[in-house]
Amino acid sequence: MIKYKKTYVGVTAFFSADGKVLPLKIHWEDGSGFPIDKVLDIRPAASLKAGGAGIRYTCRINMHEKYLFLEENRWFVEEICKN
Amino acid sequence: MDRVIFHVDCNKFFASVECLHRPEIRDFPVAVCGSTEERHGIVLTANQIASSMGVKTAQPIWQAMQKCPDLITVAPNYPLYMRFSNLVHKICCEYTDKVESFGLDECWLDVSDNVSDFQQGELLAHSIRERIKEELGITVSIGVSWNKVFSKLGSDYKKPDAVTVFSRENYKQKVFPLDCRDLLYVGPATEKKLKSRGIFTIGDIAKAKPEELCSFLGKNGLLLYDFASGRENSPVKNACHKSDIKSVGNSVTAPRDLETLSDIKLTFTVLAETVARRLRDQGLKAEKVGISVRNSELETYVRQISLPFATASTNILVDKAMELFRLNEKEPFKIRSIGICAFNLSSFDKTVQFDLFGDVLRNEKNENLEKTVDVLKERFGGDCIKRASLLSDIKLTDFDPYENHRVHPEGWFKL
Repeated sequence: MIKYKKTYVGVTAFFSADGKVLPLKIHWEDGSGFPIDKVLDIRPAASLKAGGAGIRYTCRINMHEKYLFLEENRWFVEEICKN
Repeated sequence: MDRVIFHVDCNKFFASVECLHRPEIRDFPVAVCGSTEERHGIVLTANQIASSMGVKTAQPIWQAMQKCPDLITVAPNYPLYMRFSNLVHKICCEYTDKVESFGLDECWLDVSDNVSDFQQGELLAHSIRERIKEELGITVSIGVSWNKVFSKLGSDYKKPDAVTVFSRENYKQKVFPLDCRDLLYVGPATEKKLKSRGIFTIGDIAKAKPEELCSFLGKNGLLLYDFASGRENSPVKNACHKSDIKSVGNSVTAPRDLETLSDIKLTFTVLAETVARRLRDQGLKAEKVGISVRNSELETYVRQISLPFATASTNILVDKAMELFRLNEKEPFKIRSIGICAFNLSSFDKTVQFDLFGDVLRNEKNENLEKTVDVLKERFGGDCIKRASLLSDIKLTDFDPYENHRVHPEGWFKL
């Protein structure tokens, strides 16, 4: 069974004039960055895999669909555990 | 048309929130427990797996461990529970403004304006249930009925993640066979009285004569009769409704037994500081103060005394609390927990009668000083300024009832 962990990440986001927040790029701890090609869906949701709840952004990153969560004032992703 | 009232009950609330945030323990028996070192070592909530093995709320941890040796205990995280409670409340408020909280994990909704009958009500309840599960990752059970008491029974009827409807058509088959203990306000003592008179089910209460119930339960007999027969018709209060504050109090179970008057005074001081600050936050003063004392044998009593004038000053609350304590306890004593409560509250602006010796004036100066301290604490945190006396026993005084322990139990009879 695949195991996941909650990994907090840095995010570059665009704050629109009407108050909407749109993530543009995810910054990994090791310094690498992943630009978000498109945000496909935004909704409040829980992450049962990583453990948490907040606003869930379904993002297309490098042809993959990934969830990015904004929990209060921190962003996290569901990272697959390597072992 | 009958009202349509929902009672939304978060299943195993504390444990569910913890399990959501810690997927690694989700499939094991988990209990959220107070700290054993601080002698708050009881189960606050157990998850479904632990409950099925006999772990119950309010059980001491050692007893829970006997029932379930693999039990994983986690410390409570109240700010997180408050956040989830607010989120549930926020979702409910999207459907109606008549949302009445009953503790952190329960609330009533009056959705009579949203639906035309119970069938539609049931569908709406399912959509709220689904939504909370998806958005917050915790489950709720919802009871649907025409009054608050039956809807609460409904949310207890089937758990977790379920909806139960008690309508005029089915309540006699579904509610009446339930044990009388399931009814709101039937505790162990009332249960004993009822059962000794051959009243075992909610149906039995509904079929009894109100006068007969009153003969041994007093006026509560009438209340229970209304509850059991579905006549209860109190409105669901508005979400922004705030009850008038009748008292402000805090209590603590000390990390060790309190054995000297100075232990007692230190603990009273920390508690009174919070009580006085909470009074000032609300713009209130107290004219009476009460103490509650529980010794190591778990015997408890409460005493109260009038204050010379209305005040929101810590020093006077502590002095009067100590006076009360000295009247009731002589050394040696072993006190496990104490509390202090201010009541007979009046507004800060109320005119005060000055006295001959200037005590009222001194009190006013004291209050102003403490108000300044409040501002400092608000700005720089509770630890930025402290009474020097509290540093004499840091272990005893290292708790902040103002910031923590602000989860209050609710009663049906809101004042």
